[in-house]
Amino acid sequence: MSNLVILPVIIPVITGLLLVILRKYIRLQRFLSIFSIVGLIVVSLYLVNEIKTKGIQTLQLGGWEAPFGVSMVLDMFSALLLLITSIVALCCVLYAFHSIGREREFFYFYPLFLFLIAGVNGSFITGDIFNLFVCFEVMLVSSYVLISIGGTKRQLKASIKYILVNILSSFLFLIAIAYLYAIYGTLNFAHLSVRVAETGQVGLMTTVAILFLIVFSLKAGLFLFFWLPSSYSAPPTAISAIFASLLTKVGIYAIVRIFTLVFYHQPETTHLLIGILAAVTMLLGAIGAVAYGDVRRILAYNVIVGVGFLLAGVASFTTQGLTGTLYYFIHDMIGKALIFLLGGTIIHLTGISKLKEMSGLIRLHPTLGWMFFIAALALSGIPPLSGFLGKIFITEGTFHASYYWLGGIGLLTSLFVLYSLMKIFMNVFWGYTEITIEEEKGTTKGLLLPMGILTALTILLGLGAEGIHEYVDLAVDVLMNPSLYVEAVLGIDPKA
Amino acid sequence: MRKPNDVIIRGVTKVVVVIIFTFAINLFISGHHYPGGGFIGGLAFSSGIILLFLTFDMESVRKNIPVDFKVLAAIGVLIAVLTGVGGMLLDAPFLSQSFGYFELPIFGKTELATAVLFDVGVALAVIGTSLMIIMSIGDDR
Repeated sequence: MSNLVILPVIIPVITGLLLVILRKYIRLQRFLSIFSIVGLIVVSLYLVNEIKTKGIQTLQLGGWEAPFGVSMVLDMFSALLLLITSIVALCCVLYAFHSIGREREFFYFYPLFLFLIAGVNGSFITGDIFNLFVCFEVMLVSSYVLISIGGTKRQLKASIKYILVNILSSFLFLIAIAYLYAIYGTLNFAHLSVRVAETGQVGLMTTVAILFLIVFSLKAGLFLFFWLPSSYSAPPTAISAIFASLLTKVGIYAIVRIFTLVFYHQPETTHLLIGILAAVTMLLGAIGAVAYGDVRRILAYNVIVGVGFLLAGVASFTTQGLTGTLYYFIHDMIGKALIFLLGGTIIHLTGISKLKEMSGLIRLHPTLGWMFFIAALALSGIPPLSGFLGKIFITEGTFHASYYWLGGIGLLTSLFVLYSLMKIFMNVFWGYTEITIEEEKGTTKGLLLPMGILTALTILLGLGAEGIHEYVDLAVDVLMNPSLYVEAVLGIDPKA
Repeated sequence: MRKPNDVIIRGVTKVVVVIIFTFAINLFISGHHYPGGGFIGGLAFSSGIILLFLTFDMESVRKNIPVDFKVLAAIGVLIAVLTGVGGMLLDAPFLSQSFGYFELPIFGKTELATAVLFDVGVALAVIGTSLMIIMSIGDDR
């Protein structure tokens, strides 16, 4: 038992509630939100270390034993995601200080941001499927408000679509949970894992598993991503960056968790299906990224390609594939936040988002330009940077599982990603500089720091991959051996 | 546009609102052993206030209940979370509850549980949120 496990949820909740009360004091709001997010980073660092030395950390809420109460479980996978979430959140909040505008700050931007982080953290920590649903809703309700806050026409149009799709998927989620409860009579992940293993995953269970796959695909943008491009390009930069970095990742986390812990007995059906969906997602995302000439659209389709690639590793269901998924997970959260912040800064500076109308930005903003260059290389997986190792492991995993077509499509789409991002780089930064710095629509004052932090992290993650290997291995170990997770939660060895 | 003479609805409201509030508090208190609890108690309470909105105009009700409902909702959730944190300070897991029996002057032997504090938070959050929705839709701004 360790109460520290719950802190990543209650720190942002309590701070957010205080900020609702202290609505009028913007400076205090900024200070408190930074303070609590730094606190989150410290707690997650401590937890990562704690898990490394002592194993999986669990907390039974209210002291009720495992299958009866709500368990909070933190294995290395969740802990690493918590850490990256708080780092990305810190950068997005720093970016928001100089870009979000007084009016949005006044209408509860910081509390909503913290509630979103609380929902995301809760989804990573929870060990109970209904609690996962609740945390999803905490996250989604905050994101509904964040997507429409400010009330411009484009945001309202996007938010209607976004809310309708997500309400539908939440409804399906609830139905899937009802089926699961009717079959097994339990909602605890570990207990479910034991019961599925006891009865064997027969036809009906695989059907329920596929229903869950549909639900999480809607959330993660796996194949069913048709709502994503418009919703992610409508809100202000700081908000769309945190969406791109976190929201789809929570869906992917849920897929990884469910299909490694509970429904892992029929990989030839479920995991092959994930693989096919991932391949189609990568291809469609890559086509979208290449086709558009608008910065926002290209970046949104890059998110989709990333989702497909992450799940290709899960589909292979091998140690290499999952190691790759983990590396790529960490890289992609940082990389997508970085590229969205950079793209948003370009739009902020020029006031337009069409590639054809911009050129020659590198003369005025060399730092921005080279950061974009590094981010583009990292996202397409060029060796010294962070995207490389994940890609290599995922490709190796798919080859290992004899899904050559899947690995091949992954490599092919990396080229498309590189092409689409270089298209932005060459069109925006190269060429003839037509305007002077005074004619620009905004400044980069204060915006470079958060992007600098994220760029430094992508470089460090690439160079220091050896350093985190130990942690990633621990995480993959739990994913490949669900009995470790079950034993930590229920206190029994399921094989004995 | 109010009707010129609504003396009957005003007269009835003054009596009925007291009954609604009493019923709401009864629902709230009976939650542990009978159907009821913070959510339904809070909703019943705010339905009483909504009846006041319908009978009298919004300004005079606001003047008599000078509470910012957004803050009320936030305080409610804060109370609910802090009852969980309270258990943590005593080295029990988050959200642990405890209860005990006390001799109270009028009620005699009574069971008091910390779960009631959680429910107070829920009720305040429900009252705050529902009235905030009604008021922001009702206001012509």
